[in-house]
Amino acid sequence: MDIYLPIANLSVNALVIILLGGGVGVLSGMFGVGGGFLTTPLLIFYGIPPAVAAASASTQVTGASVSGVFAHMNRGGVDFQMGAVLVFGGIFGTAAGAAIFEILEALGQIDTVINILYVVMLGGIGGLMAKESLTSVSASRAGKPVPAAKRRHHPLVANLPMRWRFYRSGLYISPLAPLILGFITGIMTMLLGVGGGFIMVPAMLYLLGMGAQVVVGTSLFQILFVTMASTMMHSLTTKAVDIVLAVFLLIGSVIGAQIGARLAQRMRPDYLRLFLAVIVLLVAIRMALGLGWRPDEIYTLQAL
Amino acid sequence: MMRLLALLLFLLPMAASAQSVPKLVPDVSQREINIQSGFTGAEMLLFGAIIYPRGVAPEGQVDVAVVLRGPTRAVTLREKQNIAGIWINADSTDFRSVPAYYAIASSRPLREIVDSKTAAIYELGLERLQLSPSGEVDAAEQKRFVDGLVDLNRRNGLFRQEAGTVEITDQVLYRARLNIPSSVPVGTYTAETLLIRNGRVIVADDNVQVRIRKTGFEQLVTIMAQDFAFFYGAMAVLVSLLLGWFAGYVFQRL
Repeated sequence: MDIYLPIANLSVNALVIILLGGGVGVLSGMFGVGGGFLTTPLLIFYGIPPAVAAASASTQVTGASVSGVFAHMNRGGVDFQMGAVLVFGGIFGTAAGAAIFEILEALGQIDTVINILYVVMLGGIGGLMAKESLTSVSASRAGKPVPAAKRRHHPLVANLPMRWRFYRSGLYISPLAPLILGFITGIMTMLLGVGGGFIMVPAMLYLLGMGAQVVVGTSLFQILFVTMASTMMHSLTTKAVDIVLAVFLLIGSVIGAQIGARLAQRMRPDYLRLFLAVIVLLVAIRMALGLGWRPDEIYTLQAL
Repeated sequence: MMRLLALLLFLLPMAASAQSVPKLVPDVSQREINIQSGFTGAEMLLFGAIIYPRGVAPEGQVDVAVVLRGPTRAVTLREKQNIAGIWINADSTDFRSVPAYYAIASSRPLREIVDSKTAAIYELGLERLQLSPSGEVDAAEQKRFVDGLVDLNRRNGLFRQEAGTVEITDQVLYRARLNIPSSVPVGTYTAETLLIRNGRVIVADDNVQVRIRKTGFEQLVTIMAQDFAFFYGAMAVLVSLLLGWFAGYVFQRL
């Protein structure tokens, strides 16, 4: 079933897009991540122009995170105060991201920067996750109790001026820390089409030291609003949001996410994290190889 | 200069013997191509008749070439080079007039039917396109970029050159099929027919135009995204939110 994408200006197989969204959806349901980090590169591999892929993937992440936010809200898993600070920083981040996008596009370096960012980020986060989950898997295999991570915020965060109380997160820290974190994720969302959950969650746990019970919900809350801002920003600047592409991705991903959530209940969490780490590392390795291999297309065209 | 030369070459024989010049009656299978949701590309039939003076076909073989050409635009072509182990865009050249689409079909290979001068005047063939590169002084480097541009477009299906695909019946009727990929840019296209004999273009006709445009929903989406960006973005957000919320709601009931 072929469908013409009016903004990408090409025809794609709708089934492939739905399956792609579905596959990413299963993973996002299993791990509670938006899955943008997989959608964007897969769309680019499939031949969608990078700007359209990033813009439409962020629209799709909005839809993929709605029901998650409601679920976490109902059980009190969202720190709205923290979320608001993150979103505030995130909106400025998307604006900064839009400016960076424009500059890099004019220089012709946007694709390379996107690729390098993916390699560095996914490689870093994937490596950390793999290390952490391997420790906990081997600890539970040996029958020892899993060493509990010490909850404290990073010294850098502790040194920032002006402190607020975040009751639900159980924190007394400077709002500048989440503001900066939100800002950086906003830039990532704009450039890479990722929600940023895979940066946000570890950063909340290990940099801010937030209580684990509100981490995922608050991260989803931030992702929901920042991807909305990023869709708006892309519509206004790059004009690369393909609503048809986003809808087909969503159809796949919302169904996949439900399947994934059910699968996740049958798996042990530490193995689940190890599995996610492996996937993240594989994507990072693929992208790193892509940088070094001679590309299929040496030349690229850009309309003046 | 080239155009003037072409005009002169075209007018000279005409003035000399206006009656002995054949007339072309070209047409295309579709004057309008509408891009809609199921659009996967199109096949265009270019056909027509050659009317000879006094109805007599000349002795010997005649050849026909047909060209379908999209609107020209200015582009930047970037070239990736391996720098410190990473392939990044390192060099670039601007071209001032690149056709968005260019397809040529001929009854025999172009090399065999026209000399290189004629081919250059009428821009026959992918290597004869006048792309107006700017910025590069070095001829070898310029050629590398031109070749890169043509090769890229050829593999994307936007530049085509086919020999032996124009069928000529009784020296009078001709027809050729040209494929148009789904990624074809919108705009007004020109279909040109050239009658060739003894290495020279006897008559050329480029009066047939084809309009390629998006219609219906696809047109609406494109116009919204371009001209009503804020509203379009808000719609995209809303659609995404509703779909996500609705799916969550449905699955909770299951």
